[in-house]
Formats: sequence, C-alpha cells, structure tokens
Amino acid sequence: MKPVSIIEGTAVPLDRSDVDTDQIIPSDWLKRVERTGFEKGLFSEWRDDKDFVLNNDAYSGANILLAGPNFGTGSSREHAVWAIQQAGFDAVISPRFGPIFKNNSTKNGLVPVEIETTIAEELMRQVQTDPNLYFVIDIAKRTLEVAQIGLTVDFPLESSIQDRFLKGLDDIGITLEHTKAIETFEKQRNSWLQRQ
Amino acid sequence: MGKTLSQKIWSDHLVRSGSGLPDLLYIDLHLIHEVTSPQAFDGLRMNGRRVRRPDLTVATEDHNVPTENIDQPIADEISLKQIETLRNNTAEFGITNYPMGDPHQGIVHVIGPELGLTQPGMTVVCGDSHTSTHGAFGALAFGIGTSEVEHVLATQTLPQPGQETMSITINGELPEGSTAKDVVLAILNEVGTGGGIGAIAEFRGSVVESLSMEGRMTLCNMSIEFGAKAGLVAPDEVTFEYLKGLENCPEGEDWDEAVAYWKTLFTDQDAVFDREVVLDGSAISPQVTWGTNPGQVIPVSGSIPNPQDYADPAEREAAERALDYMGLQAGSEMRSISVDTVFIGSCTNSRIEDLRSAAEVAQGRSVASGVRTLVVPGSRVVKEQAEAEGLDKIFIESGFDWREPGCSMCLAMNPDKLTVGERCASTSNRNFEGRQGRGGRTHLVSPRVAAATAIAGYFATPEDLS
Ligand code: SF4
Repeated sequence: MKPVSIIEGTAVPLDRSDVDTDQIIPSDWLKRVERTGFEKGLFSEWRDDKDFVLNNDAYSGANILLAGPNFGTGSSREHAVWAIQQAGFDAVISPRFGPIFKNNSTKNGLVPVEIETTIAEELMRQVQTDPNLYFVIDIAKRTLEVAQIGLTVDFPLESSIQDRFLKGLDDIGITLEHTKAIETFEKQRNSWLQRQ
Repeated sequence: MGKTLSQKIWSDHLVRSGSGLPDLLYIDLHLIHEVTSPQAFDGLRMNGRRVRRPDLTVATEDHNVPTENIDQPIADEISLKQIETLRNNTAEFGITNYPMGDPHQGIVHVIGPELGLTQPGMTVVCGDSHTSTHGAFGALAFGIGTSEVEHVLATQTLPQPGQETMSITINGELPEGSTAKDVVLAILNEVGTGGGIGAIAEFRGSVVESLSMEGRMTLCNMSIEFGAKAGLVAPDEVTFEYLKGLENCPEGEDWDEAVAYWKTLFTDQDAVFDREVVLDGSAISPQVTWGTNPGQVIPVSGSIPNPQDYADPAEREAAERALDYMGLQAGSEMRSISVDTVFIGSCTNSRIEDLRSAAEVAQGRSVASGVRTLVVPGSRVVKEQAEAEGLDKIFIESGFDWREPGCSMCLAMNPDKLTVGERCASTSNRNFEGRQGRGGRTHLVSPRVAAATAIAGYFATPEDLS
C-alpha cells in the first residue's frame, strides 16, 4: 500500500442510500482472477443510464465519491474497492459504511470518510449545485475541509489504521513481527482443535 | 462485570493486544472458495510467503459451478479459469479442496457445519459475507475481504478492532407455519440494513432456543444483512447433538473435554450488551421482501407500502426507487402478485430441513403453469440425504426442477440467472438490484412460502393453498 496523507479534489454526488457491493461491481466481474481491470465494472449496470451521475461530464475529474448512508453493504467482494480505486477515486464519504467494505478500503488505501447524516446531506446539495466544490481530506488531522462553504469536520479513523495510511504499511508485515506470539498461542490451543 | 458469549470467544483467541495495535485474533478455521481467493494466493507468491496452517484451511467450489451436466467441462471460460485457479492454488499450497462432483462439495457455509469443521467457541473466517452462518454453533464467524484472506493464509491470525455487542432476543413461541427465515426478515424489518453495523449480534430467547441447528444457521446467515459483524447463538444440547459423530468432531475423551468447554460458552447473567433489541416471536407471521434491500419487508398477507408514508426522506426515496425497479404499485396486495420463477436454495435455506419443509408443501400438488422452478441442494451430502428420503421424487412429480449443489441463482455467477423484469420468489438472502441476474426482481421468502408460491403462481403461504 502507498502512503497517503492528504486527498484533495472534487466529488461526485451519488445521492442514493444502501448502495450495496453488488451495485458497485456486479457479480459477472467477480470471475476474474486478476487484481486490475475492474474500472469498467464500476456501477456497470447503472452506467447504461445516461442520466447516471458518473456519466455527467461536470463531475468527470472527481476523485472523491460522496454517497448516501449504508454505502458498501452486502457482499464481502474486495473487487468493489478495487473498482472504485481503479476508476480514479481516492476516498468515499458516507454517513455509514458496510463493515466489510470499510475494512477492505483500509487495506487498499481507499479512505472511508464517515460523517454525520445532516452534514452529508448538506454536502450532497452543495455538490449538486457546484461540481467544482473543493474537498481536502487530511489523514493526519482526521478532518474533512470544504473551505468554500466554511466547513471543517472531524471523521473517525482508528489510530492504527491512520498510521498504516500515513506510512503505507503492509498489514501482513506488521503481524509477521509477532510470529513468536503466534507460535506461543498455537502451543496452548485445545487439543481437539489440532486437526491434521 | 460478566462477559458476553462473543467476548469470551474473543479473549480465548487473543494472540496479542495493546500498544496501539488492534487485537490480533487466532483463526481456528479458514474456509475458502474460488471467487475471493485467487488474488490472495497471488499476493503470497509475490511476497514469497507460505500458508501457515494448510491443515486449518479448507476449500470448496460453489459460486461458479453449474447445477446441470456437471460431468461436462464448465462452458463459461472465465468461470472455468477461476475454478482451475483454485485447484492449482490449493494443490500448490497443500490445502484440501472439495471440487465439483466430490461427495463433500457444496456451498462453503453448508459444508463447514455438515462436515463438523465448524465447532462451538471457534473463530471461523471466509472471504464471504455469509460466514456469519457458522455463528449458529456458538462460533465467532465473520466474512472478510481478499486482503484479509491473504493475511489469514500467511499468518493464521487477523488484526481486529474491538466491536460493540448487541443482543437480539426473540421471546414467546412462533406461530405454526413461521420459520427462522421469517424471524430474520422480521428482525430486518425492525432494525433496518444498518441496525447492526459495528456490532456482534447474539440471538437469544425462547424462539432461538427452540430452533433446530438448520434454523439457527438461517438466522445467523442473514446477520450481515443488518450490518452485524457476526451473529451467534450460545451452544446447547441441540448443538452437541448435531455435532456428535460428525467426521471432523472430537471423539472419546476429546469429545468430553470439548463439551465441558463448550458448556462455558454463554453470556454471563451480569454481562451488559451495548445494544438490545427485543421481538415478540408470537407476532411473526410468514414474511416477504417487496423492495431492493432486505430491510424492505412485509408479511405475505400484507400490501406494498406507500413511499409517502415514510417520514425519513432517504427512506422515502429508496422506497420509490425500489418500487420502480420492482415494477410494483403501492397498496397492491402481496397475494395478488404473480411470479415467473421460484428458487429454493442458497446458504440461507438449502439444508435438509429446508428441503423437507418445501417438499411437504409440494407433495401431491403441481407447480402453476408457466412458473420456472429450481431446487438446488446446498451440498452433495444434502442432495444424497434428500434423495434417500425421496424428496427429489416429490419435487420432480410436482414439477420442480431438481439440480446439482452450488450457489446457483443466489448470485447468478453460473448459468442460473433471471432475465430482465423476471420476478422471483427466492429463499436466498439478497434482493439487491440485479443480484439474481441483470434486471431480475427478487422477493426473499422461506422455503415453505417459496413452495406454496410456486404452486399458486402468486405469493402465498401453504395455508392459502386449497
Ligand atoms: S449461496 Fe449465495 S450468499 Fe451463500 S455463499 Fe453462495 S453466493 Fe454467497
């Protein structure tokens, strides 16, 4: 994972609640064994609708996805995170994320920015009227700032995850430093669990 | 203060904690399948890492497998490549795989329990959100992404931030004809799709205690639909009875020792949950979803709600969008809506008890003309058991299509798909847009309601049939 400290840019307003991972990347795309090439699959069923917000040129350069509540619920498919990133997004803002999606995001350097519903709704309205609204997400400070409308809000990010983002650390590498503890644990596991 | 069941399992699996890092949990059982594992194995190879405990890792082929002509090669080349990749990866890293056609093959969440791999007090993970199913045994079981699959393969552990605890108590007694599926749909109606986010849910109360292991699995299976990290039920005599004698379960002295430990796995009297939900089981009638998320639920005897009646604008808009996608009118009676397809299967409802309850309704009756049906057992073991009991004959004589085991139309990665606008009564777990095939319309129901609906041709309970 690459280190990430500041994400800045414009946002796409995806004004829907309960956007599940089946919508983010439909199951046909899950047959692939590679980790790349998922950008075309992103919202592929909704993209056929020319009015779908991702087809709106006004938002074409955006690198932040602004979504309604319960974003990324449902299936555990990490392909959803890969598709969002490969389509050029660095962060997703939502009042509430599906837990596995959120977890998967943090493993790949996609920043989940959780903010209050009322603020998210206000931002949605603002971005719908002004596509050029400029967002600054500061990982070190755990803040989201939109200077044009005088908004600065904190968002939660567990300190170990924040640290991994800032330093670009590999989770497995961190755990392998604790191999001794794993070995010790394995020695005292209940005897009936030791299958061959 | 006492501990909850999930806190006990958590602390029994703590490899290390503290110093600014999340808790590191040991994983007792890692189940894998073809869809979410290829990139994880690639990651291992790229970093020159091995699988730490191939003996605690078990694979099966389920999502892509066809449910007909399985003696032929898989026609879809990309599906075939994914299956072959799993075979190669498991062979290379020394992991047991149950391939298509194998006597142990089936949906990952069906085979784990039936092979006795899933046991009380264990931590179980799989790159699949419905891993919560295994919580029925009093295991802490949750779905993970591909990066985490790689992590578990490499280390047999997972770093996990602490979770809140949630109790969902269902008191009283279920009315005749209501099942575990109706219970979990009623819970979804109560708490919504976000109601469990950030928590591990424990199902409690007299209704839960009276459920069979199959019923408890149905209940835990759909915990993820209200966003819970995991769902679980304290193990009891019903659990031990189910496990005794299963292939991978302890025997002799080990069994006694295991049971003694399993009996300590309950929530202490003085433990406190962060969230509590209580439902009256006697008020739960057969349920059906009308919309495009599993929280949009009504009784089969009910009518489609009017979006204008929702106070919350986001819910109102979601309801409008759902009705539009589903091609439904507010106020229509559910019993007046006809279906094109009925799917009985998936890790929610494809176990022997589910098939028995559907067959009981089907027996001596015929599927309504023009209704397409698929009955897909969850595993080969279930299929063989059903055939030994003659259930296949009941289904076939009534006009149901009897298939080979796999995920099938639950997510339409194999040839079993809905077409645009096709309406389906399904015993699966997700009614998302396009979940069962692009443009398809899914209504989630229990196996009894699915079978009755196939016979009536419109949504019905067995009691509605003449
Ligand atoms: S049956 Fe459906 S929900 Fe269950 S594992 Fe298969 S695809 Fe997932």
